[in-house]
Amino acid sequence: MIKKENFVLSIVKFAFREGAALTTPQASTEITAKTLAVVEAWREAEGPLLPILHGVQEEFGYIPNEALPVIANALNLSRADVYGVMSFYHDFRERPAGRHVLKLCQAESCQAMGSDAVAEKLRKLLGIDFNETAKDGSVTLEPVYCLGLCACSPSAMLDGEVIGRLDEGKVNEIVAEVRA
Amino acid sequence: MTVTIYVPRDSGALALGAEKVAKAIAEEIDKRKLDARIVRNGSRGLYWLEPMVEVETANGRIAYGPVGAKDAASLFDAGFLSGGAHPLSLGDPEKLPFLAKQTRLTFARVGIIDPVSLDDYRAHGGLAGLEKAVKLEPAAIVEQVTESGLRGRGGAGFPTGIKWKTVLDTPGEVKYIVCNADEGDSGTFSDRMIMEGDPFVLIEGMTIAAIAVGASKGYIYLRSEYPHAEKALNEALAAARKAGVLGTSVLGSHHAFDIEVRMGAGAYVCGEETSLLDSLEGKRGEVRAKPPLPAHKGLFGKPTVINNVISLASVPIILDKGATFYKDFGMGRSRGTIPIQIAGNAKYPGLFEAAFGLTLGEIVDEIGGGTANGRPVRAVQVGGPLGAYFPRALFDTPFDYEAFAAKDGLIGHAGVVVFDDTVDMLKQARFAMEFCAIESCGKCTPCRVGSVRGVETLDRIVRNIEPEKQVALVTDLCNTMKFGSLCALGGFTPYPVMSALKHFPEDFRPHPMQEAAE
Repeated sequence: MIKKENFVLSIVKFAFREGAALTTPQASTEITAKTLAVVEAWREAEGPLLPILHGVQEEFGYIPNEALPVIANALNLSRADVYGVMSFYHDFRERPAGRHVLKLCQAESCQAMGSDAVAEKLRKLLGIDFNETAKDGSVTLEPVYCLGLCACSPSAMLDGEVIGRLDEGKVNEIVAEVRA
Repeated sequence: MTVTIYVPRDSGALALGAEKVAKAIAEEIDKRKLDARIVRNGSRGLYWLEPMVEVETANGRIAYGPVGAKDAASLFDAGFLSGGAHPLSLGDPEKLPFLAKQTRLTFARVGIIDPVSLDDYRAHGGLAGLEKAVKLEPAAIVEQVTESGLRGRGGAGFPTGIKWKTVLDTPGEVKYIVCNADEGDSGTFSDRMIMEGDPFVLIEGMTIAAIAVGASKGYIYLRSEYPHAEKALNEALAAARKAGVLGTSVLGSHHAFDIEVRMGAGAYVCGEETSLLDSLEGKRGEVRAKPPLPAHKGLFGKPTVINNVISLASVPIILDKGATFYKDFGMGRSRGTIPIQIAGNAKYPGLFEAAFGLTLGEIVDEIGGGTANGRPVRAVQVGGPLGAYFPRALFDTPFDYEAFAAKDGLIGHAGVVVFDDTVDMLKQARFAMEFCAIESCGKCTPCRVGSVRGVETLDRIVRNIEPEKQVALVTDLCNTMKFGSLCALGGFTPYPVMSALKHFPEDFRPHPMQEAAE
């Protein structure tokens, strides 16, 4: 087993070589250090890539490009491997989201309860389409296919908080909250 | 004596304001200096009454619902701590017809106990199955599960005991138990309710599976859309480890077993068992070709039991009460009970656990009460986005794996989504194809390309471009997808599409108004 210090050092060197050109050295150092801390936490785990990507996204709000070589080197993968995994999953973002993230369920149960009309109204009120972020950076609107709240459709999730039986009143509350 | 008040922590209840209700009740207790405590239970599954608050009185539990935060003061004024009369009073919850008519085996404790209290779990019959299992030979446990007739509740309906026996018979130093908690089907929420309302029953079921096949490590692959389930599971796992239910010596036996929760990342296809395993390994969640079966070469190439949440959560009662007890419920080759989830446009949406054999009409019209808005029911989709749409004409179909297959449908994970007469079945068929295109893992061509072509073809019907030709084309395409896809995503997408075409052909015909306008 590699000693922890040596391991960290080798990754830092590697990351600088791979990622430094893309950003300022200072930002890159910070991303590298924080990514390494996440990687370290999962070093002993089996199949650690998804938890690491979740951890990095929790840290930065997205997966910075500079984090990929750090993860790749630590797990002995190619950068393409890590990118391939990251880009496969809907949850992982390559760019920061808005200050609020609104996920609106668009699956069958919610369709049966008028989710199309709710989506239409929210798109209009927020001035954005699905998978877009408002110009002022206030909110990102995303479709989601089932939140398991099918007995209180239509449903949504705002910053991790669940909302059921969306109606006009609740839609207006959501808009007011993200604009606040 | 301290009075116990139950306010659900279930996501469905939270989505309807349970957190604010709990806070308002806590403030009233404080303000009135009362001797009462709040327990955050699971949901009883009567979602039109959520948030449903219950009070433990001298005469048993009394329910109130749906309770809003603004109702808290009036409930206390009405003396609800002793079950006082109030417009929201529902009386004894067990006597509500929706609950009284159920056969709750797997969901026996959900909504009743404190989900993360191991003492509460034990006091309500928990761990009895595991206590028996640790004294049994692995083969005897597998035999009981096989004998019970339990079939995979995730959707495929494969006999659980046979899966376990294959893993038991496969030599290996390391074996895994993987719980598929990637409940992605719209209209289903039973896994979530178990994990939030009685996580110990899942832990117990997985531990029994581990002893049965000789596994030492378990993973729960949980979808990221379920943060509240994650929290409940991790609290329960910590309690289970502390009490020695998990760890190096399960209940003092020579078996070692521990469980870890791993979060998915929003890919529907990861509910398919082989892509779930790849995802757990840290790869793209692409479907594997079978064979090899996961039972032979599963997680990290090791023999692996991979079962759905409800399958595993049904095991403790089988071990506790015996295979015959469980088998005596049900019909034909569908044995035991099934938690039916009534969703969409239903008057009484919720979870209804019953023996197999209820007809679809009984479920939709009697139990579900028809639509929420009072309009006629036109179609119900059974079994999630890959399940068929059933018209009223097929409402006599009994809820049974074989009976549904005979009508070109599937039970799937037992979600029933109700649609009223305003539903446009062409739009629903198009959505099925679109969903498949969004969620396809991309490994096989029929699913990856077929779904996109399917959307295009159906769009041509919408635009009235040679509709009859398009119908023929989509039928042919569905045939290719059904028989040529690697997994159920591409293979079953034809079910909603073809059932919509077959039972609601009028929605696929040229629009007379549009024609007249042209």
